Amino acid sequence: MAFWIASSPHNHIQNKTSALMRLVIYATLPGIFAQWYFFGWGNLVHISLAIISALVAEFFILSLREKKIPEQIFDGSAILTAILLGISLPALAPWWISILGAAFAIIIVKQLYGGLGHNPFNPAMAGYVMLLISFPVQMTSWQPPLQLLAIDLTFFDTLSVIFTSFTTDGYSMEQIKTHIDGYTMATPLDTVKTNLTLGLTIAESMDSTVIGENFGIGWEWINAGFLAGGLFLIFKKAIDWVTPFSFLFSLFVFSFIAFTFSPDSNASTMFHWFNGACMLGAFFILTDPVSGATSTKGRMIFGALAALLVFLIRKYGGYPEAMAFAVLLCNMSAPLIDQYTRPRTYGHKKEQNAEDNTNA
Amino acid sequence: MESIINRIDKNQFWKFHGGIHPPEQKFITENKPIRTLPLPKELILPLQQHIGQAGDLLVSVGDTVLKGQPLTSSAHPMAVPIHAPTSGKITAIKDSTIAHPSALKEPCLFIEPDGNDTWVKRNICNDYTKQSDSDLLQKISDAGISGMGGAGFPTYVKANTSAKIEFLIINAAECEPYITADDLLMKEHSPTIVDGINILHQIIKPENVLIGIEDNKPAAIKALQNATKNLDHIRVCIIPTKYPSGGEKQLIQILTGKEIPSGAIPSSQGIVMQNTATCFAIADAVINDIPLIRRVTTVTGLGLNKPQNVWALLGTPVNFLLEQCELHPHDKQRIIMGGPMMGFTLPSGNVPVVKITNCVLAPSAKEISDESTEVECIRCGQCADVCPAQLLPQELQWSAKAKDHQQLETLNLFDCIECGACAYVCPSHIPLVHYYRIGKAEIREHKQQEIKADKAKIRFEARKLRLERDKKAREEKQRKAAEARKAKMNSGTVEANNEMSAVAAALARVKAKKAQTSDTTSQDSTTEAAAKPKNPQIAAAIARAKAKKLANQVTDNSDITAEVDKTVEAKVENETPTENTADDKKSKVAAAIAKAKAKKLAKEQADEKTDVQNEITEETAVNDVSEADSKKAKIAATIAKAKAKKLAKEQVDEKTDDQNEIKEETTVNDVSEADSKKAKIAATIAKAKAKKLAKEQVDEKTDDQNEIIEETSVNDVSEADSKKAKIAATIAKAKAKKLAKEQEAEKSDNSQPDVEDTKAAEKKKRIAEAVAKAKAKKQQRLELN
Repeated sequence: MAFWIASSPHNHIQNKTSALMRLVIYATLPGIFAQWYFFGWGNLVHISLAIISALVAEFFILSLREKKIPEQIFDGSAILTAILLGISLPALAPWWISILGAAFAIIIVKQLYGGLGHNPFNPAMAGYVMLLISFPVQMTSWQPPLQLLAIDLTFFDTLSVIFTSFTTDGYSMEQIKTHIDGYTMATPLDTVKTNLTLGLTIAESMDSTVIGENFGIGWEWINAGFLAGGLFLIFKKAIDWVTPFSFLFSLFVFSFIAFTFSPDSNASTMFHWFNGACMLGAFFILTDPVSGATSTKGRMIFGALAALLVFLIRKYGGYPEAMAFAVLLCNMSAPLIDQYTRPRTYGHKKEQNAEDNTNA
Repeated sequence: MESIINRIDKNQFWKFHGGIHPPEQKFITENKPIRTLPLPKELILPLQQHIGQAGDLLVSVGDTVLKGQPLTSSAHPMAVPIHAPTSGKITAIKDSTIAHPSALKEPCLFIEPDGNDTWVKRNICNDYTKQSDSDLLQKISDAGISGMGGAGFPTYVKANTSAKIEFLIINAAECEPYITADDLLMKEHSPTIVDGINILHQIIKPENVLIGIEDNKPAAIKALQNATKNLDHIRVCIIPTKYPSGGEKQLIQILTGKEIPSGAIPSSQGIVMQNTATCFAIADAVINDIPLIRRVTTVTGLGLNKPQNVWALLGTPVNFLLEQCELHPHDKQRIIMGGPMMGFTLPSGNVPVVKITNCVLAPSAKEISDESTEVECIRCGQCADVCPAQLLPQELQWSAKAKDHQQLETLNLFDCIECGACAYVCPSHIPLVHYYRIGKAEIREHKQQEIKADKAKIRFEARKLRLERDKKAREEKQRKAAEARKAKMNSGTVEANNEMSAVAAALARVKAKKAQTSDTTSQDSTTEAAAKPKNPQIAAAIARAKAKKLANQVTDNSDITAEVDKTVEAKVENETPTENTADDKKSKVAAAIAKAKAKKLAKEQADEKTDVQNEITEETAVNDVSEADSKKAKIAATIAKAKAKKLAKEQVDEKTDDQNEIKEETTVNDVSEADSKKAKIAATIAKAKAKKLAKEQVDEKTDDQNEIIEETSVNDVSEADSKKAKIAATIAKAKAKKLAKEQEAEKSDNSQPDVEDTKAAEKKKRIAEAVAKAKAKKQQRLELN
């Protein structure tokens, strides 16, 4: 009888790209839970909107490109992009922000470059940066933690704010952001940055209500949640440990040096670690294999470069948070990093490899 | 060195990059003892079962062979023989599908076992330690042993290394999933394996012997440890289980920490590696004189009811093994020869077991599913993490898909050992190894083509050079020959003088003619009379024709015509002897034509438009002559004759000069076309001209033209051709006669016949004739020489 012909290897790990994506999505849950706990329903609403928008956009483009729609639309990559974008958005941003951001991320950043595996930039971060630049007001209206709000923010209030800019009771975004004592609250990173320009020291900033006892009410727990999720992914070998380690370690080193030199004008290392999108970026964004470096050495450099950029932009840049910009800049340099960090092939000398690189 | 041994003694090993842990699946067969199978109905033995060359057949169809009898032999160093696995009859020698991924057909011997299993005579060796190295190597070579781990490199070549060997490594890792052949062999035959190792030790004389075995084979480890208890130089190294630790380079790295440079062989680093099954075969061959005719093969997979390890005779069809192990096939059943990572699927069950077949895998549909839809690479880099050669599989994949061969080589594609680890871990299910194989094949093909193109270029240039060289040599030769000739002619010897005289004679002839014109002589009727009798019939016919013509013309035409007719007559008469030598019939025809033309011409001359027409005919003649064709040539000849006549008349008019020049050119052209027929034509033309010229001499413009004519005749002569030479001779004669007549005709008015002068002229003429004949002969002789 004739037998089936196939190319070796014949057995295969029962692992699929979609499974990998699903695992990453599960790993975001602790962080999302912390977000929900401290900031209410806002991000969950945005995540949902972004997922819908991303799937519709994906369907649209895949049908235009005549691809296998059922297989590719649910490979998890679009959903993951939407979730990461939804997590990053200000909780009470208007509804069209997430719709627009997700559609941009999928259509422009991902599919126009050739779809999964071909996008040079991380779609979620590119979408985020597009929104931040295009709609700075909406994108910087960060909602303070629920426990600091003067008014109750129920699920319906959240929905109402997102879709109509006012709560069911008619409070506007500005009013929500106003502290019981009558001043507008910002994120801890923003607070520190503003205070520094006002001539206050870091120690004085740390007394701010939004920062609370440690590094920022809510934010520290959200970052802890993403840290836990990231460690879970490393444990499951879904992501490589090198990039997050390199990033966090480098950020630690940079901020520690700065803090040692001038503790009054530089926030502590832990403040850097547990604020903003630090952990999300370290474990979920920088580890995006498509837009990152591939070799171990390359990932080291990639992480360190991201840390440097985050530190510099947070310290000197115009924006209080820097993760998205740092990621995009690193994405740009990833091919170059890859080019110069090719591992030495077995049986080849180092010099020879270097020569090859220069030739290439 | 010491540190390596120290580390090994401490059970500390190095690590190779990457590696994977696929499900081992060895439990299926690891506890099943090696079973000896009944004889199959037919054995198929590919003539070549190893890397290198196939041997030459020693047997033919219909021969009866005994078990262990060699079937091929070869003096080629990379060839090892094959042997009859059992006694029986050779039923066929033909191409059949061999155990190779390509499923190519290659020459195979078909043996029908007789069931007696009769051995050839064997020489049992009781003490191999007393044998010399070369004897041992010869035995290993004669037994047809080649590496049984997978590559199939002739073993004696590997063992016969002149390099200083630090480590003899015995590869007992058996890292591929499913396979337990070596495992069982070690469990059951460790002492024999150790004998084989000792034989190798005796030949190679390494400083240490390391047996590398993965820690998933505890029973085999124990058996080996027991067998080597008293042998200090052999160390059993238990290495962690990881695929592909059984790869040659990987095992070397694990045990010694050394890397084999790309493109080098392990012996360059003082290392030789042999497989356990090979060691067993060596012991069997050296001690028991059993050539390699069987091997342990694991027949496994959940598609079989009775998976097991068997002693498979080489040449056993896979179908037979599957029957024995009770295959229950499913749709898209694949049968894999080798392990699931590096094995290849078989197109049919008719493929035989060969020296490298350590496993036949028949997986169930669940075990190894055929569903693997390739999706896009997400650059996760897991492939790079597991690559034991530290390549960048995903970059290779892109370059392979883009057919960027240069980049593939920059990325060291050829260091890929095709272990399949990258494709195994790929979450996008990209058949990476498959892409690499295609890439490698394309690059190889490309290189082959380049080599071919280079060779072709070299050949072309060499040819060009050779042709140029030949041309130069030829020119040089010709130049020298010409110089030699000149030198000879000027040397003053008899021969030289003869040769010179040939040229001188030609010149003399011409001078004679000139002299005759200047000496006014009366008509020599005897000459004409002497010529006439040669061809009386023709002459008679001509005479008759002329008579008629003249009668007509006289009535019609003026004095001029009469004159013309005379010349025609004279010419025809002159021509006859010439043509005579060639062909009577032709000459008649020519004569008739000539006559006809003569008449025509006579009429034309009556009109006064002849010039233009003459010119046209001349052109025609030029065209005709240039077309080398016998018929045309004849026509041309007649035309030429006709023209000659015409011209003669034209001389009466005083416009002849230009036209003559043209004619002369024509003859020159004719002569330059070397061809016997043409030569004849030229001869006739020459004759015609000669006549013409003779007349022209009457006018006082003849000198130049004569010179040209002389050249023509010289050219004729110089064209070595006996016929031509004869023709030239006759021409010369004819001319002589003509001249004589003409002299008489034209100068009759002022001539007071001077008898003595006439006689002198006659003598001269004869001399010229004789000279011409002599020249012709000489010419002939030269040619013969």
